[in-house]
Amino acid sequence: MRTIFKTDYDQDIRLFKHAGYYWSYGTLMLLVLLAPLLVGSYLQSQIVFVFIYAIVGVGLLILTGFTGQASLGHAAFLAIGAYTAAYMQKLGVPFVVYFPLAGGIAGAVGAAVGFPALRLTGIYLVIATIAFGFIVEEVAARWESVTNGNEGLRVKAIEVTGWTLGRDGWAFYYLCLAVLVLVILAALNILRSPTGRAFVALRDSETAARSMGVNLAVYKVLAFSISAAVTGLAGCLYAHKLSFISPEMFTLLLSLEFIIVILIGGTSSLHGAVLGAIFVVMVDPFLTLLKDDLPHLAAGMATTLGAAPGVSSGIEETIARVGGAAGLKGAIYGVIIVVFIIFEPYGIYGRWRKLKLYLDLFPLYKKATFRRMKTYVKSERNR
Amino acid sequence: MLDFIQQLVGGIALGCVYGLIALGFVLIYKATEVVNFAQGDLMMLGGFVAFTFIDQLGLNYWLGFGLAVVTMAAFGSLVERVIVRPILGYPQFSVVMVTIGLGFALRAVAGMIWGTDDLRIDTPFSTGVVRVGQLVLAYDKLSVIVATILLCVALWVYFNKTRMGVAMQATSQNMLGAYYMGIPVKRVFSLIWAISAAVAGFAGVLLAPIAFIHTNIGFLGLKAFPAAVLGGFGSIPGALVGGVIIGIVETLSGFYLPEGFKDVAAYVVLLAVLMVRPEGLLGLHMRKKV
Repeated sequence: MRTIFKTDYDQDIRLFKHAGYYWSYGTLMLLVLLAPLLVGSYLQSQIVFVFIYAIVGVGLLILTGFTGQASLGHAAFLAIGAYTAAYMQKLGVPFVVYFPLAGGIAGAVGAAVGFPALRLTGIYLVIATIAFGFIVEEVAARWESVTNGNEGLRVKAIEVTGWTLGRDGWAFYYLCLAVLVLVILAALNILRSPTGRAFVALRDSETAARSMGVNLAVYKVLAFSISAAVTGLAGCLYAHKLSFISPEMFTLLLSLEFIIVILIGGTSSLHGAVLGAIFVVMVDPFLTLLKDDLPHLAAGMATTLGAAPGVSSGIEETIARVGGAAGLKGAIYGVIIVVFIIFEPYGIYGRWRKLKLYLDLFPLYKKATFRRMKTYVKSERNR
Repeated sequence: MLDFIQQLVGGIALGCVYGLIALGFVLIYKATEVVNFAQGDLMMLGGFVAFTFIDQLGLNYWLGFGLAVVTMAAFGSLVERVIVRPILGYPQFSVVMVTIGLGFALRAVAGMIWGTDDLRIDTPFSTGVVRVGQLVLAYDKLSVIVATILLCVALWVYFNKTRMGVAMQATSQNMLGAYYMGIPVKRVFSLIWAISAAVAGFAGVLLAPIAFIHTNIGFLGLKAFPAAVLGGFGSIPGALVGGVIIGIVETLSGFYLPEGFKDVAAYVVLLAVLMVRPEGLLGLHMRKKV
């Protein structure tokens, strides 16, 4: 158990609150830096996806987690970043210019979306962002001179001063890592500045924030814009990672995946974005495993346990059918969301905090610390 | 002109289906403050259940229709009990996510049970037309419009003339107040979900002659959202009006505007309306009291 003796108000907003932070994050950083040497190319590629999803997750957390503005249209901002990158690259603009531009344009569009969103709260905002997502998807399919319509656009590898960063190479890995770390640091700094405090204040109570002098309009639009810009940066990396983009990649399902990232990771801290990204990206390899290996394994186990050959082949067939069923991914997502919200509303990071507190207070931990208070449904209609 | 009227009738028929799904949203939202994104998928399930009763078990159309609606009502209250009740009182966003998750799960399970082929139910309205002068109106479209009107009248009578209906209205206005007055709020919730799922099932069966039954018709629910929002999320007549408007806009823009506008027309109209009247056309505007 660690007791921190505070002598200064600045200690409350320090990024590294005590020496333990240097050790834990240092080790993590070292592991991530060494990872390309340690893991195979498939896993390395998955880790790059984790980085990209985590960047989007950070962007979404700023908007949804900290400012309390729901968005189911973040795939649209990702699309804007991706298409900006692809189109600029086609025009011969260098990477160092179009990468920030992808973020900038997405941020500008985000601000433009933020203005009408000022008047909307709760469910109306969710639906308006869904509508925005659909419209961007449709524009991407129809504006053929820029986006090449449904045929999609090829994206070449990044070139910086004559040096090519292939999408599977270690250089691209470190680029994504660097962007993620910078985005997290920037987000942390924003969140501990007055701007971030204003975001949190208007999340918790718009009326209270307003009476304390927070300009709601400015901060809501700002939150939208920052969130969209971060997502746009991720979009640029995403386009390069996939090397091909087309409108049907940026659907509502992708927006949902991003929401799942933060819901599963936990919406109360930036840790949630990274943890959730790891989870969501790793669902895919797990499903492949389920499809390929599980039927044989289960059948083998049944035979070992003394089941008749007919029964074990029946088991094999059933599992193969379930594993191969269309929409299995959707079903698993659905079940994951429901289970997490009902049983683990604070996400993976919440579980980690509980574990840490349990170890800190070892014999004295009580479950009630994290119990949700039972309340009557508070109407959101009257706000 | 003739084209226009025929498109208009088609639009109204489609709009009625949107309106029915939107009605389901609104019923649940009004009473429980839960926005049920799985409403479209409940409708899909209703269609599949009806297919099982009518086509696979060979029951009479009307009997199958009734059984499908009853089955859906039972399923609705089951969903309320198992999934929705534990999360009441969570932030609205979490609740929305749960219903989205439920929708995904339903779609996948329906795909596993009934497959992903297009299915069709033979109904008494599948063929045949009414001729009024030069105007040719198909039975399937008219049946949707007539059934929607009948259902709405029935719901109106239920909510205004019966004891339970009035209790539901009271609950939707003030949950705590209703609880103090001795209204069984939990049972009301469960009943509202049952009614709403039954309405969804009803819509699913009605849709059968105009569209194939497929796991993806649940996405019609996403079109019904603009309808519900357009009418003002808490307003039952608003849901139908919004549904009909969206249906007409979509059909007419598919007919008169270049390709591609049909799919986004509903959302463009929605965004335009939300900018002018954030509370929808027939919604109530309320101020927060501190």
